Amino acid sequence: MSTATAAKNTAQVLCGVHDLVDYSGVVALHDGRQIALFYLPHGRDRHSAPEVFGIDNHDPFSNANVIGRGIIGDKAGELVVASPIYKQHFRLTDGVCLEDSDVRLATFDVRLEGECVVIV
Amino acid sequence: MQDLTIHPEKKQLIIIGNGMVGHHCVEQLIERGATQDYQIHVFGDERHRAYDRVHLSEYFSGKDADALALGEANLHATHGVLLHLGVRISSIDRDRREILTPEGRLPYDSLIIATGSWPFVPPIPGPEVSEHPQARLVYRTLEDLDAIRHHAIHARRGVVIGGGLLGLEAANALKSLGLEAHVVEFASRLMPVQLDDQGGTALRERIEALGVGVHTGCATEEIVATPGHDYAYRMNFRGGEHLDTDLVLFSAGIRPQDQLARDAGLEIGERGGIVIDETCRTSDPEIFAIGECALWNGKTFGLVAPGYTMARTVAGCLTDVCEPFSGADMSTKLKLLGVDVGSIGDAFGTTEGAKSYRWIDEAGSGYRRLVVSSDGKKALGAILVGDNSYYDTLLQYVQNGIDLPKDPAALILPQSEGGAPTLGADALPDTAMVCSCHNVTKGAICKAVDDGCADIAALKIETKASTGCGGCAALLKQVFEHELESRGMDVDKSLCEHFHYTRQELYAMVRVEGITSFDELLEKHGHGLGCDICKPTIGSILATCWNQPIMDPQNVALQDTNDTFMANMQKNGTYSVMPRIAGGEITPDKLVALGQVAQKYDLYTKITGGQRIDLFGAELHELPDIWEELINAGFETGHAYGKSLRTVKSCVGNTWCRYGVQDSVAMALELEHRYKGLRTPHKVKMGVSGCTRECAEAQGKDIGVIATEAGWNLYVCGNGGMRPRHAELFATDIDSATLIRYVDRFLMFYVRTADKLQRTSVWRESLEGGLDFLKEVIIDDSLGLGDELERQMHHVVDTYECEWANALKDPEKLKRFRTFVNEHGGDPDIVNITERDQPRPARTNELQSLAVEIR
Repeated sequence: MSTATAAKNTAQVLCGVHDLVDYSGVVALHDGRQIALFYLPHGRDRHSAPEVFGIDNHDPFSNANVIGRGIIGDKAGELVVASPIYKQHFRLTDGVCLEDSDVRLATFDVRLEGECVVIV
Repeated sequence: MQDLTIHPEKKQLIIIGNGMVGHHCVEQLIERGATQDYQIHVFGDERHRAYDRVHLSEYFSGKDADALALGEANLHATHGVLLHLGVRISSIDRDRREILTPEGRLPYDSLIIATGSWPFVPPIPGPEVSEHPQARLVYRTLEDLDAIRHHAIHARRGVVIGGGLLGLEAANALKSLGLEAHVVEFASRLMPVQLDDQGGTALRERIEALGVGVHTGCATEEIVATPGHDYAYRMNFRGGEHLDTDLVLFSAGIRPQDQLARDAGLEIGERGGIVIDETCRTSDPEIFAIGECALWNGKTFGLVAPGYTMARTVAGCLTDVCEPFSGADMSTKLKLLGVDVGSIGDAFGTTEGAKSYRWIDEAGSGYRRLVVSSDGKKALGAILVGDNSYYDTLLQYVQNGIDLPKDPAALILPQSEGGAPTLGADALPDTAMVCSCHNVTKGAICKAVDDGCADIAALKIETKASTGCGGCAALLKQVFEHELESRGMDVDKSLCEHFHYTRQELYAMVRVEGITSFDELLEKHGHGLGCDICKPTIGSILATCWNQPIMDPQNVALQDTNDTFMANMQKNGTYSVMPRIAGGEITPDKLVALGQVAQKYDLYTKITGGQRIDLFGAELHELPDIWEELINAGFETGHAYGKSLRTVKSCVGNTWCRYGVQDSVAMALELEHRYKGLRTPHKVKMGVSGCTRECAEAQGKDIGVIATEAGWNLYVCGNGGMRPRHAELFATDIDSATLIRYVDRFLMFYVRTADKLQRTSVWRESLEGGLDFLKEVIIDDSLGLGDELERQMHHVVDTYECEWANALKDPEKLKRFRTFVNEHGGDPDIVNITERDQPRPARTNELQSLAVEIR
C-alpha cells in the first residue's frame, strides 16, 4: 500500500484516478477500513467537474462488505448508492439510509488531486 | 368407507355434484366459515376435480384438464372438506337422512343437490349405440370430449345436431380437431333462444364463411350406417334431403339431472327440474337444490351465473344471512367459432309497446338490435351479432335502468361515425353489476380500491371479479382505471423518475432511433443520473438490441452486481460460479475439471435444479483465475447471473430411454446454444422431454417442448417457483424448423412487449386476447412482425460471444475484479466454517465465538 504523502499536509493517496470506474464504484483499504469510492467523471449534473465520494463499504443490513458494488444514481435529486444485497439506498453525501434514517454509513473526505485520489 | 370419518361434534353437510355450481358452493361455504360447524362432504361422479365447463372447447385448442380445473387443487384438503371423486350416489334415504353410495351409507343433516343436467338425445332411429358410438356422441364432460377426440382420428366430417349455443361450441370443437364441421338445426335459424331471424341470418353467414356447413329447418328422421361408402353414416332428413358424415354429435338441449330427487320423492316440475323456493330449499326443507337441476318459479337456468347466485343463497342460509334467490338475468355474451354474439334482456321485444332500432349490415354480416320501452326512455334488451364491443354499455343501460340518450340508435351505430356515446364508468351507479358470475358490483370494486388494491391482479384476487366467465374483463379494467384516476391515484406507468416511459416504449425508442448507450438515451429522453431501476432495465434492452458485451465501458455501470462481475452474489458478498452445462449433458473430463477447480479454490459445490453445477464462495479477485481454468477446460459462461436464458432441462430421450420417441437432448442442446446470451425482461427457462412421460418437467417452463411420434408439441408461459403455472399447449406435432421459428418469434415478441422483470407467465396473463392472440401473432403472423422478429433473433444468435472469454482478453476489464484497488488479496471479514466436508459462510453467532477464541 502506498503511503506517500501528497501535496497537502495530512492527505494520503488512496489510489489513482485510473483505478476508478465511471459512474460506478471500487473499494480501497485505508487503516483497516474499507472505503467504497464512487466516481462521477462529469459531476452530479453530468456537465461539470469530476467528483468522487467515499463511503463505508460495509452494508449494515446484510453484514457484508458490498456497498462498493452497488449501482449509483439519484433519487429525488439526492445522489445515492443502492446496496446490491437488499437494495436499500444510501446518500453518497452523508451516508443516511433513505429507507431507514436511523441507519447511517460513515462517509470519508476523499478528493481528486491531479491523477490521485486522496483521503484527508 | 374408511375415509368417511365423521366428526360427531359437527353437523354433516353433503353436496352431491362437483360441477361449476357445486364447486362454487363449496368455495362460498368455506369463505363464510361453514367448516367450523359442518363436516362437508362433496361427491362428484366424474373422476376429475371441478372444471370450467363454459370453456370446454378449449380442451381441443390448447388447454388440458389441469388448465381447465377450477380453484386451488388443495382447497378441499386445506379446509378439511372431504372430496369423493368418481363416486355416484345410489339414492337418498330421506326417512333416515342418509345417502347411499356403492361403498356404504352416510348420514346428513343438510343436503345440497347440484347434479346439473344431462344432454338430451332425441329418439332418432339409428344404428346400435354399442357398436356405433360415433353416431351418438354427446358434448358435456371431459370424458365426452375424450370420446370425440378418439373417434375424430379417422374421421373427415362431423355433424352436430342442434344449432344452439352448445351446438355451435361443439361444432367449434370438431373444427379444432380438423374435421369438416356441419350444424343441423330443427328451427328455422341458429340460436333460436337468443337471436331473432335477422340475427340468426347474420350469424349463419359468418359461420358459413368459416367453412362450417349450416342446415336449418332440418328434422333428422334417421341415421343409417353406410359401410363401404365414402362416409360411415347417412343422416336422412324429413323431405328427402340427406347428409353423409363420419360422426354425429348431439347437442339438442339439456335436461335437469333430477333422478335422485325423483326417486327420493321430492317435488319435480312437469318437464323436469327439482322444485325449489327462494331459499333454494326443495320440498324437503333439509334438502337444497342449486344450478341446472333446480326449477325456480317454473324455470330452469342453463347458464353458470344463476347457478352461482343459487350457490351463494344456500351458503348464506347455512351460515349467516340468507339472501333470497329472485331469478337471474339471462343476458349472454359469447364468442362462438370466433364470432361475437350477444343477447341482453328482452331481446325479442315481447314487453308491451316495446319498439326496436335495428342496424343491419348485409355486406359484412353484422346485426344489432336495441329494444326500448314504449316511451323510448329505457332500454329493455338487445341483440348483437359480429361485434360485442357494444355489449357492456347496452347491458348497463338495461340492467340499471339508466335513461337513454336523446338518440338511442347511436348506441348501436358503427363507432367510426363520430363515435357512439359509450357509457363511461362514472355514469354507472354503485349498484351496477360488473361481474355477474361472482356478483361483484361497481360499489364493491370502489371499496376494494379504497382498501388499497392498486392493480388489476390484486383486484381480481380481492373481489373475484372477472374470474368466472371473464366476459366483464374490459369493463372491469375501465371501472378500475376510472376509480384510480378519480382518487387522484398514480396510474403513471413510468419506469422510474428518470424516464417517463414504460419499458416497452423505451425498447421501441432504442430500436427505432438506433440508440446504443444509456447516456444517449438519458440525454434524449430522460432526466438526472438514472438509478438502480432504470439502469439495469436499459442495460438489458441495449444488450437485447445490439448484443454488445455487458463489460464494455459504456455498459458496465448499468449492470446489477451479478451482471457486472458475471457471477451470482451470495449473502456474504462472495459469488457463485455456474458454467453452462447445456441440456445437463457433461463429459467425464469436464466433470473432473469442474471438481478440480472447486478443490483448488475451496468452493462449496451443489447440483442445481436446472441440471447444472454451482460453485459457491468465490471472492471477487478469484473470479478471473477460476474462469481462465474453466474456459481452458472447454466451459463457457452459463448466464446464471443474467436476466436471460438459464438452462434447457432435458431427459435422456430416445438415444437411451426405451420410451423416448425423439432425441430430446439434441433438441435441448440446439435450443440452449441458440438462445444463450439473449437478454430478456426476466430470466427464461426451458425444458425438453423425449416423450409424454415428461421427465424434464417442460410444462413448468417458459418454453416447454415435448416429443410426439410426429414431431414436437410446444408449450409456452409455464412457471415453477413461488407462483407455479402450467404451460399452455401452443402448437402440436411441429417439426424442428417450425419449432425454432416459433420460439424465435415468441421470445422476441416477449422481449419487445413485456414489462421489466415480468416472467412470461405474468406477461401472458396480462396480454389482452390471451393465448389466442399470441397464437395469431406468432403462428398466423397477424401483425406482420414475423420476419422482423426472426431477423432480430438471428442478429443476437450470430453475434453471440462468451462474456467471460471476452473479459479475460481485456486487462482493462479485469481491473474491476479486485477486492481492493490498493491491496492484493481478499476481504478479511469473510470467514468460512466446514460443514458436511464443505465450506460455508460462518453465521453471526459463530463469528462472535471465533473472535473470542482469537483474543
